[in-house]
Amino acid sequence: MQALKYARAASVDDAIRLLRDGGEAARVLAGGTDLIVQARERRREVHLLVDIKRLAETMVLAYHAPTPPDAPPGFYIYPGLEVGAAVPLYRVYGDPDVQRHYRALVEASHVIGGTAIQGRATLGGNLANASPAADSIPAMMALGGVARVVGAGGTREIPVAEFCTGPGRSALQPTEFIVSLYFPPPASRSGSAWERFIPRNEMDIAVVNAAAYLAFEGDTVSEARLALGAVAPTPLALPDVAAALVGRPLDDAAIDRASAAASAAARPISDMRGTEAQRRRLVGVLVGRVLRKAAARARGEEVPA
Amino acid sequence: MTTETGRPALEARDALDERIVVTATINGDERSWLSSSRDSLLEALRERLQLTGSKEGCNNGNCGACSVILDGRLVNSCLVMAAEVEGASVTTVEGLARPEALHPLQTAFLENAALQCGICTPGFLVASSALLAQNTAPSEEEIRFWLAGNLCRCTGYDKIIRAVQQAAEEVRTGVHRSPIAGTGTHGAEAGVESNTAIEGE
Ligand SMILES: Cc1cc2nc3c(=O)[nH]c(=O)nc-3n(C[C@H](O)[C@H](O)[C@H](O)COP(=O)(O)OP(=O)(O)OC[C@H]3O[C@@H](n4cnc5c(N)ncnc54)[C@H](O)[C@@H]3O)c2cc1C
Ligand code: FES
Ligand code: FES
Repeated sequence: MQALKYARAASVDDAIRLLRDGGEAARVLAGGTDLIVQARERRREVHLLVDIKRLAETMVLAYHAPTPPDAPPGFYIYPGLEVGAAVPLYRVYGDPDVQRHYRALVEASHVIGGTAIQGRATLGGNLANASPAADSIPAMMALGGVARVVGAGGTREIPVAEFCTGPGRSALQPTEFIVSLYFPPPASRSGSAWERFIPRNEMDIAVVNAAAYLAFEGDTVSEARLALGAVAPTPLALPDVAAALVGRPLDDAAIDRASAAASAAARPISDMRGTEAQRRRLVGVLVGRVLRKAAARARGEEVPA
Repeated sequence: MTTETGRPALEARDALDERIVVTATINGDERSWLSSSRDSLLEALRERLQLTGSKEGCNNGNCGACSVILDGRLVNSCLVMAAEVEGASVTTVEGLARPEALHPLQTAFLENAALQCGICTPGFLVASSALLAQNTAPSEEEIRFWLAGNLCRCTGYDKIIRAVQQAAEEVRTGVHRSPIAGTGTHGAEAGVESNTAIEGE
C-alpha cells in the first residue's frame, strides 16, 4: 500500500500544479463522499487528495437575472447561474434564486444521499464521478449546464451533455478540473422538473431518473430539453426527442409520443436494481411526469417536488 | 493490518503516511493533535482524541453512526479527512450535554426507550440536534426525511421519532413532558430527575 497525502490548494493555479506533479494518482477532493470511499476501498489508486474547497472560484454561488430591456445604455451583467464546483448541495437547493429558476436542480440535489451527505457532496463531484445513475447530471443537462474547466492547457467549457464518456469516465484531461458549473437564465415562460424511481423512499441509487426543461410562447413549446439517467453507460441527453416537442402545443398526444420515443432511445441493462423492460417502462412514465410538471411550472403553477 | 471495514489500523497509518498537526475547535475547546494524513475525522476523534462517542458502523457514508456537526452542518465524520477540519469547529455527541443536565434529546431518548443496543444512538442524537438547531417544530415527515441517513437495526424508528418530537417540543416551549411521569408538565430540569428514576428502576 502507498501513502495517502492531503494538500489544500491555495489557488486555482496551485491546484493545477499539485495535480500535474501528483500525476495519475492525484485526485481532486471536493465533498469526498465518493472519493474517500473509493480511496479507502482501493477501488481507485489515490496517493494525493487535492482539496479545492477553500478557493473563491469553486465556492461561488451567484445568479444574475437577464439585463432588463429598459436598463441604461452600457449596463450589462452576464446573466445566469454560477455554481462553484465545491459548493455543497445544501447550499444549492437552499438558495432562493435556484429555487425560483432551476427547480430540476433543487429536486435532484435534495435527494442525493441524506442530510449528512448533502452537507458535503457537490454538483462538480457528482458530474466528475460520471456515474451512469448520477442524480444531478440529467437535471444539469436539461437546464443547459456547462462545466467551466481549467488545466495546465488553459480554460475551456464543456457542456454537461458532452461531459461523460463512459461509466466513471469523462472528457477531463489529466490536470484538468471543474471550477464551476454555469446555467443560462431560463426563458420567462419556462419550467423544469426532475424525478427518479427508487424502491426505497430515500438513500438509494436511481433505477431510472429523468429531467425536463420546457419554454413556451403562447401555447407553443419554444424550447425543450430532456435527459435520462441509469439507462445507458452515461447519463443520456435526448435532443431529438426534445426537438420533436418544439413548435406545437404540449398536448397528451405529444407527451405520449415523447415518452415512447424516450423509451426507445434508452439503452438500459438488467441488473440487481431493475430489468431492462422495467427500466424502459419507467422511462416512459417518468418522462411523462417531468414534462407535465415542467409545463405546469411554466404556467406559473406551484407544483411540489 | 486492517480493521473489519477494511481501513488500515492506527499503527499502519502511522507507519505509512505523512504525520500532520491538525488544530480545530472540538466541542468548544481548541485542540491540536498529531494525525496521519490518511486519518478520517472519525479516526482522529476516536483514536487520537479518545472521543469514542462517534461510532464506526459502515465507514462508507451509509449508516450515520459517525454523525458530527462540522461548522454548523451535519456530516458523516467517516467521509471527512482529519486534515480537512483545520481551523474548523466540530461538535460530537460528547458536546451535547451540559455539565448540569443532559440535552433534551438525550433525556427524551431515555424516556421513550428510543435505543436498544445503542450503537446508532450517538449518530441519531447528533443528527437530531442539527435538525432542532434549524427547525424546532419539525413534522414527522421532516424528521424521517432528515434522519434517512441514520440507520437503526433495533428500534424500528418509531420510538426515535417520538423522542425527537418530545425534545422538539421541550426546546420550543421550555416544557418537559415525560411519557414516564405521565402527561404532567414540569420545568426543563425535571427530565434529569426522570432519568434518575429510570436508573433506579
Ligand atoms: C451514502 C451515500 C449516498 C449517496 N447517494 C447518492 C444519490 O442518491 N445520488 C447520487 O447521484 N449520488 C449519490 N452518492 C454519491 C455521491 O454523494 C455524489 O456523487 C456526490 O455528488 C459526489 O460529490 P463529492 O463532492 O462528494 O465528490 P468527491 O467524492 O469529492 O469526488 C468524486 C470524484 O470526482 C472528482 N472530482 C470532484 N470534484 C471535482 C472537480 N471539481 N473537478 C474534477 N474532478 C472532481 C474526484 O477526484 C473524484 O474522482 C451517494 C454517496 C453516499 C456515500
Ligand atoms: S460510519 Fe460513517 S456513515 Fe457509517
Ligand atoms: S439501537 Fe441498536 S442499532 Fe439502533
